Amino acid sequence: MSAGESRDAPRPSDSSREPASAAAAAPGGTRLELRHISKSFGGVHVLKDVSLRLVSREVVGLLGDNGAGKSTLIKIITGVYQPDEGEILFDGQPVDALDVQKARALGVETVFQERALAEQLPLWRNIFMGRPLSGRFGFLRTGEMRRITAGLMGESMGFTSAVLTPDSRVTGLSGGERQGVAIVRALHFEADIIILDEPTMGLSLKETEKLLHFVDGIRAAGRSAIFIDHNIFHVYSVVDRIVVLDRGRIAGEFPTSRYSLEELMGIMREVADTGAYTEADRYRIEMPSPAAPATEAGRPS
Amino acid sequence: MSTAVTGTATTDRRRSFMAFTTTWASQIGITTAFVLLWLTFIVLAPDTFLSQRIYQSFAQTTPYFAIVALALTMVIIAGDIDLSFPSIMALGMVGFVSVWNVTGSVELGVVASLAVGALAGLFNGLIVTLVGIPSLVVTIGTQFLFRGLALVLVGGKSFALVQTRQSPTYDILVGRVLGIPMEFIWLVLAAVAVWVLLNRHRLGQNAYVIGDNRHAAQLMGVPIRRTRIVLFVLTGLAAAFAGLMNSLQVVNFYPSMGDGYLLPTLAAVFVGGTSVFGGRGSIWGTFLGAFMIGGITAGIVAVGLTDFYTKLIYGAVILISVSIHAVLQRRFEY
Repeated sequence: MSAGESRDAPRPSDSSREPASAAAAAPGGTRLELRHISKSFGGVHVLKDVSLRLVSREVVGLLGDNGAGKSTLIKIITGVYQPDEGEILFDGQPVDALDVQKARALGVETVFQERALAEQLPLWRNIFMGRPLSGRFGFLRTGEMRRITAGLMGESMGFTSAVLTPDSRVTGLSGGERQGVAIVRALHFEADIIILDEPTMGLSLKETEKLLHFVDGIRAAGRSAIFIDHNIFHVYSVVDRIVVLDRGRIAGEFPTSRYSLEELMGIMREVADTGAYTEADRYRIEMPSPAAPATEAGRPS
Repeated sequence: MSTAVTGTATTDRRRSFMAFTTTWASQIGITTAFVLLWLTFIVLAPDTFLSQRIYQSFAQTTPYFAIVALALTMVIIAGDIDLSFPSIMALGMVGFVSVWNVTGSVELGVVASLAVGALAGLFNGLIVTLVGIPSLVVTIGTQFLFRGLALVLVGGKSFALVQTRQSPTYDILVGRVLGIPMEFIWLVLAAVAVWVLLNRHRLGQNAYVIGDNRHAAQLMGVPIRRTRIVLFVLTGLAAAFAGLMNSLQVVNFYPSMGDGYLLPTLAAVFVGGTSVFGGRGSIWGTFLGAFMIGGITAGIVAVGLTDFYTKLIYGAVILISVSIHAVLQRRFEY
């Protein structure tokens, strides 16, 4: 149960703040694959036959209107919901009955749209929500958790205000600060698949810029990310590929290296009008072919 | 990701003050209220409230509901509630008398009563989490169910427990050490144990998170169902233990025992500053809250008012305390 520290697989070191290099940006093997996922709630088909691949060191932008099924798709990847149909594969291996703990052990961390913070609780309890550090018999190692939180606040969250301590409550934080807590929480546990669910929501312009810079850092550190947003302007500049979800189906996949922002905006408009993009299939075929499962050698250490 | 970077010294000072009061407002509030209430009693009835006897009496009678209030505090922090504990107090004793009558062993009877209490709590927890009915509704139902079960199982009879006095276990449970009632010592031990569970254990961490934001808890993989069930089991255990102490002290068990404890226990928890919405609460608050509630009856008689005033003053104290908590929270936290 003492997750977070018990994972033994070697992971890329916490180097998200290192400068990006051109070589590190090259995508590797398939890290995560969804095959023919369907999900319905009370007879409403929220997702219909959705397939999606995420290659290591790749940032995929997931775009779609409200109600397109973005959040449901994310909750399936993170193990909050189980799909009605379809398969989820990590490194080419199918995983059954994925739940939140299992998804974490496989390296998935999520920054939820709702931020998923407990307002009345101190920061350190929020950072370690769901996986507190504890000794035998479940007694908390509060000193260690406070120390780690203090370290993260200084280094990663950029909280220089002296009055914010690990014991400060979330209640008093600004929107940007809260987002910082949610992101640092995802990063601290050395996930290599980071899911950002509408991370720019409620952020100021400057905070959004910072966030986009941070997404660049994910790829530079050899990790992958799925970046969900409904704003193509935010997504376009930082992602390798844009997947458009419309009314529960994948309407198309578009590498940003091949489509300009203007072309994509036109396509988005067409998707919104017709529910599909006629050329989409052509580009799906051109996706990187399903390679052998990623090996540790293929990742930076 | 921070806007605090731009914070000036003034806002820093303000936030520092906020942080302090946020952390301690509730504790300071309840402690002040407790001291004021007690000072009032001492000033108005010095003979009674400066004598040792009344404190011995409080130390014996308050734990009967204070111990349950401690466990209930955790349940309420996690966003649930349990109204069935008065009936569990009696049902646990049905377990005691059944086993004690057959085996003649007080110790086995104690084990049986605690086991029955835990099972009753487990039943509450399972219905709440598996069937998915709010705990308020479930425990209104089980309050009748458990009481009915107790009445049916003993045929409405009461039992004399005088012979339990011969057992050393009797003295361990309800005897006296250096003049201090064992009930009080058990209460202090329970308070320390519950404080540790709540503040230094995964159970408490999860209880706070679930009560504060259950949706977040679900997204972050907190074991919601298991935590809630464990808290109901602990409340069942505490209720059975309180029922046991109460019955042994009066060396009598009657199946309607515990009926009067529902509201004082809840009052102790809420007077202590625990939020009915979950996510916030303290053991220190509940501990003091219990003694405030426990002291009122004696205080009212001692200051020369008739017993008719009891409920009136109960109501006033509860409303004033809860209002103080609400004002402190709004003032310092939002």
